[in-house]
Amino acid sequence: MDENASARLIRRTLTVAHRVGLFLAMLVICLPGIWIVLSSLRPTVEIMAKPPVWIPQQLSFDAYVAMFSGIGKGGIPVLDYFRNSLIISVTSTVIAVAIGMAGGYAFARYRFRGKSGMFLGLMLTRTVPGIAMSLPLFFVYARLGIIDTHFGMILAYVALNIPFTIWLIDGFFRQVPKDLAEAAQIDGCTRWQAFCQVEFPLARPGIASAAIFAFLTCWNEFALASQLTRSVNSKTLPVGLLDYTAEFTIDWRGMCALAVVMIIPALTLTYIVQKHLVGGLTSGAVKG
Amino acid sequence: MKGLKPSAPILLLLPAFVVLAAVVLVPLLLSLYSSFTPFRLTRPETFFVLIGFRNYISILSNPDFWWAFGRTVLLLTIALNLEMLLGLGLAMLVEKATRGQRILRTLMMFPMMFSPILVGFQFKFMFNDNIGLVNNALQSLGITEDAIPWLIESHLAFTAITIAEVWSSTSIFAILILAGLLAMPKEPIEAARVDGCTPWQTFRYVTWPFVMPFAYIAMTIRSLDVARAYDIVKIMTDGGPAGRTELLWTLVGRTAYSDARMGLANAMAYFSILLSIAFTVYFYNKLAAARAQIGAEW
Repeated sequence: MDENASARLIRRTLTVAHRVGLFLAMLVICLPGIWIVLSSLRPTVEIMAKPPVWIPQQLSFDAYVAMFSGIGKGGIPVLDYFRNSLIISVTSTVIAVAIGMAGGYAFARYRFRGKSGMFLGLMLTRTVPGIAMSLPLFFVYARLGIIDTHFGMILAYVALNIPFTIWLIDGFFRQVPKDLAEAAQIDGCTRWQAFCQVEFPLARPGIASAAIFAFLTCWNEFALASQLTRSVNSKTLPVGLLDYTAEFTIDWRGMCALAVVMIIPALTLTYIVQKHLVGGLTSGAVKG
Repeated sequence: MKGLKPSAPILLLLPAFVVLAAVVLVPLLLSLYSSFTPFRLTRPETFFVLIGFRNYISILSNPDFWWAFGRTVLLLTIALNLEMLLGLGLAMLVEKATRGQRILRTLMMFPMMFSPILVGFQFKFMFNDNIGLVNNALQSLGITEDAIPWLIESHLAFTAITIAEVWSSTSIFAILILAGLLAMPKEPIEAARVDGCTPWQTFRYVTWPFVMPFAYIAMTIRSLDVARAYDIVKIMTDGGPAGRTELLWTLVGRTAYSDARMGLANAMAYFSILLSIAFTVYFYNKLAAARAQIGAEW
């Protein structure tokens, strides 16, 4: 009887400890984001207050209104940056996914010599740190006169995204059973038809998440963009964030607001793809 | 299937190779060449002067470079190990949860959506010695009277950067390890328990070997992108105070764009590229070995 009671006590303690641990972990994960959102809504006086004001006295959307109301009032041309980010990210994503689909299909469906080495080689092109990559690109782009253009950024981002897109799409095509395409071919489809009618529709959710992942990479990239862009012609949001920092002062509230604007699309898109993303990365981890 | 032309996969991979050759390989060759010249952006004619290995020699004899190199390796080692441990812990906490797992998983992915530059900026904000959340909290709770100079004192700045880095990347490990835990068949664990294993033994000899490939996938993905720490450091301290948090990547950026010494910077950049490649190949091989161990076909 006594043993039962102590066992129950231990179990209950463990459950509580688990809950507390989980809660603390989630708090640490979420707190920075919540703090940013909160700060973007508070007046600067409150952010700077000493001793700190813990309970917000007044919340307003002033920072957002100022940000989107043009250069004169908000300080920085956010709308231009937003447009640049969108154009560059979307275009390079579309191109990277098209190329990645071809490559991923080749890796998933064909056997050829040096396949494993080639795959590793592709991945290695991705490992080149952005800042190291930016030096020669800066030089070449300056010669070609495509610094500070959308074209230059798109080209760089396509190359940046291809390796990872191929990895993901390879994983998604592997999850589609080979037999299905073979059955379609026996029924008289050409290989191309089998791809369009059978394999592509089945892998489509996966490919969509590869696309979103590529989009997010472009959306968030900074090391290359900070060197290859110069003006409102092509500056993207991550580079624009720096406009809020002056020599010795930082407009924390404005920065927080811009941060929120940057996160919201990323948040939405990641939420949509989360399930497929993990599936694509891990396929082949346990089965071939 | 048999009658296919052997060139089909090559044809399919061709666009990828063309783009990568144009945007990555050719520029890299160019930068390899320029690392043997005293090239300065301000003096284009220096591009055609060859000086042999002088850039490399001056780098290798430069203590600042070695400090930056050592610091980078240290940061990566600490950060990757911490991320792995915390990710494992987080994944197991979430896996044990009986209710609300879906929402927990979404919350867990939260930091993944943050651009590294945003991570840098938000931690710079939180660690600000005057108005930051961390100091405000510590002072309000009465733990410390004075403001702690998080980003100004060199060891504290390094700690702050590590925290930012770990915060931003733990979720990749957690999410992939969780995928491994969920995909794991339950029978072996039950069998181990019936055979009298302690929870630790069950974890060590049953769960861990199964989850390991997933951890290595996370490691490989992370090592593809280790240089994202550049963005974080660039924003948080920009290598300061007095170069005490300078990493290889910030040093490359400073040498190239502030000092305009492209040749020298390219030589340094090659060290950073080799470092990244070494990390990636190492984990990629581990991944392949782990896959082989649990009997997977590559």
